[in-house]
Amino acid sequence: MRTLKLAAGLLASVALPTVALATDLEVTHWWTSGGEAAAVAELAKAFNAGGDNWVDGAIAGGGDTARPVMISRITGGDPMGATQFNHGQQALELVQAGLMQDLTDVAEANNWKEIIYPPSLLDACTVDGKIYCAPVNIHSPEWLWLSNKVYEDLGIPVPTNWNEFVASAPQVEAAGKIPLALGNQNWQSNLAFGALTIGVGGLDLWKKVNIDKDMDAAAGPEMLVVFQAAADARKLAAKSTVQDWNQATNLVITDQAAGQIMGDWAQGEFQVAGEVAGKDYTCLPGLGLNEYISTGGDAFYFPVNKDPEITAAQKRLAAELVSPEVQVAFNLKKGSLPIRGDVDLAAANDCMKKGLKILAGGNIVPAGDMVWSPDVQTQLGDLQAEFWKGQEMTPEEAQARYVEILKSGL
Amino acid sequence: MAGTVPKRRRFRNINAKIAAIPMVATTLVVFVGGTLWTILYSFTSSKLLPKLNFVGLDQYERLWGSSRWLTSIHNLMIYGILALVFTMVVGFLLAVLMDQKIRFEDTFRTIMLYPFALSFIVTGLVWQWILNPDLGIQHIIREMGWTSFAFDPLNNPETVLYGLLIAGLWQGTGFVMCILLAGLRGIDEDIWKAARVDGIPRWKTYVFIVIPMMRPVFITTLVIVASGIIKLYDLVVAQTSGGPGTASQVPAMYVYAYMFQAQNLGQGFAASTMMLLSVLIVLIPWAYLEFGGNKRG
Repeated sequence: MRTLKLAAGLLASVALPTVALATDLEVTHWWTSGGEAAAVAELAKAFNAGGDNWVDGAIAGGGDTARPVMISRITGGDPMGATQFNHGQQALELVQAGLMQDLTDVAEANNWKEIIYPPSLLDACTVDGKIYCAPVNIHSPEWLWLSNKVYEDLGIPVPTNWNEFVASAPQVEAAGKIPLALGNQNWQSNLAFGALTIGVGGLDLWKKVNIDKDMDAAAGPEMLVVFQAAADARKLAAKSTVQDWNQATNLVITDQAAGQIMGDWAQGEFQVAGEVAGKDYTCLPGLGLNEYISTGGDAFYFPVNKDPEITAAQKRLAAELVSPEVQVAFNLKKGSLPIRGDVDLAAANDCMKKGLKILAGGNIVPAGDMVWSPDVQTQLGDLQAEFWKGQEMTPEEAQARYVEILKSGL
Repeated sequence: MAGTVPKRRRFRNINAKIAAIPMVATTLVVFVGGTLWTILYSFTSSKLLPKLNFVGLDQYERLWGSSRWLTSIHNLMIYGILALVFTMVVGFLLAVLMDQKIRFEDTFRTIMLYPFALSFIVTGLVWQWILNPDLGIQHIIREMGWTSFAFDPLNNPETVLYGLLIAGLWQGTGFVMCILLAGLRGIDEDIWKAARVDGIPRWKTYVFIVIPMMRPVFITTLVIVASGIIKLYDLVVAQTSGGPGTASQVPAMYVYAYMFQAQNLGQGFAASTMMLLSVLIVLIPWAYLEFGGNKRG
């Protein structure tokens, strides 16, 4: 019996290479929530339709948990076929160490330079003139989500920007509700701060600090205004005791909290709860002050593999990910924006349409992951965690530490 | 002295010595080698991949200037001292009670030891729920009618460490009890008889005779508990993930965050070297007492 199995196994391993194109490709990612899994299924379906086999390697626990696993597999000599990263500097050293497949030929064959919009997405994939990743979607974190019902009950109009939101907060608080819902995890306060930087500080300041790395601007009075706004926000969020971001979103959905600063992925939660954009909740990109969104998002990288068949399959997948059909199917399920401007998302809801309009208008900035290293990002997260946890740290102190951290990443 | 060792002695038990070679090699290469490698690279500016570009003590300077690291150390000291004192005292008291020739001792011992069979992750999650104001103790007591009752240690930076401590004690005390109970059973029955003949009260016998006799057991327990405290990680991750803010950060979380999330190996290695140092501070006095003491005896 055992020899029979062994023989069958041997036979199968001999037979495999003769089946044309049917290459198994393991793809690792951290998309495990309901909506995310449905979106990944679209990618797998498209890839399998081409005759290959998508082997799903989902890693639960979010990017912070998944990335170390992925990196140690790649550096440890057990590379997967393809892996998700946020495009930017997360995989930069792996590329520089020659561990990632060069996709320049695929990009040229499919004219990525022309179709990928905004071009900064492709720039984030480019190292020394060569392209190393295939962007799949755009997520922007600079959104303020508001519960319309909280304001209707108070008899005041729903705020249209951050300043009105702060002004209305005492009334919200008097009604026994939490003005601002905020999860107790570092990345969430970091995200809120990022949104305030663009919303309150404006684009010029953001660019000066994050792109030109102008440390005088980071230490200047305009940036102090941002830190003061963050101190306001911290006061408004003092009564929020939840941990996860979706629990905080749930406070807004159930009208216990007036608003939340969260990325566009939050609208998936509103949709699942059966709420309608514009009627039950309001979304304000760029906090309603400066309608800019940053274009972070996800991309797939393809670790270098010795097997030429896998390399060929990797290139087929890369081309597939950027194709218009996959972009539409994937992004509708994911609730994110497509990476090309020439596809039609007619089924998109109000908030997604707002995002698309801003994108088409070109009011976009690169994401933090693209301009600062993970080391700086982690330190900034630590600073924000400390700043937001109590009311002790003054905006001035926080700003001084902020400048120190940015300097360490120059 | 070494040169005068007779050849015969060096080749005595030759088979046993050959058999020990794989173990010695593993220890040298994996444990000592890995440790030295880590220390060496903690003096470099390695980011995602280890590279040998030395930067001197820069990583250590940054480490000791980082307020997250200082908070971590501070938290670990508070947690460590309290956990050490409480597990030892409570564990010993339970062991003494257990030693009173009670009925169903096996059952009680099993119940007390059960929490230790759970991993820290499970312990942390269970206690996160129990201490959650909307699900756990606070909720139940409010349901019973005391609506002003408030018990929410995990969401307050001032009290979060005690929330961790509750879970840590629940998990670890039974284990300490079992070791100390075994130690108590190792005390010769004749000693008790002699103490009784001399008319010494039971508590005095425990404090002045039994505890000093149990010194080796106590020291071993102390080392096990202390090294468990220094590497404290999974309990915090499961219960609070270091929050609120940085109020319950511990050094092991810093090491992980900087090695893998921040992609800054040098910084992570520097932090883990400091952790190694603190383990050594615990271990060296123990080794001295254990092995140094034998020579005198």
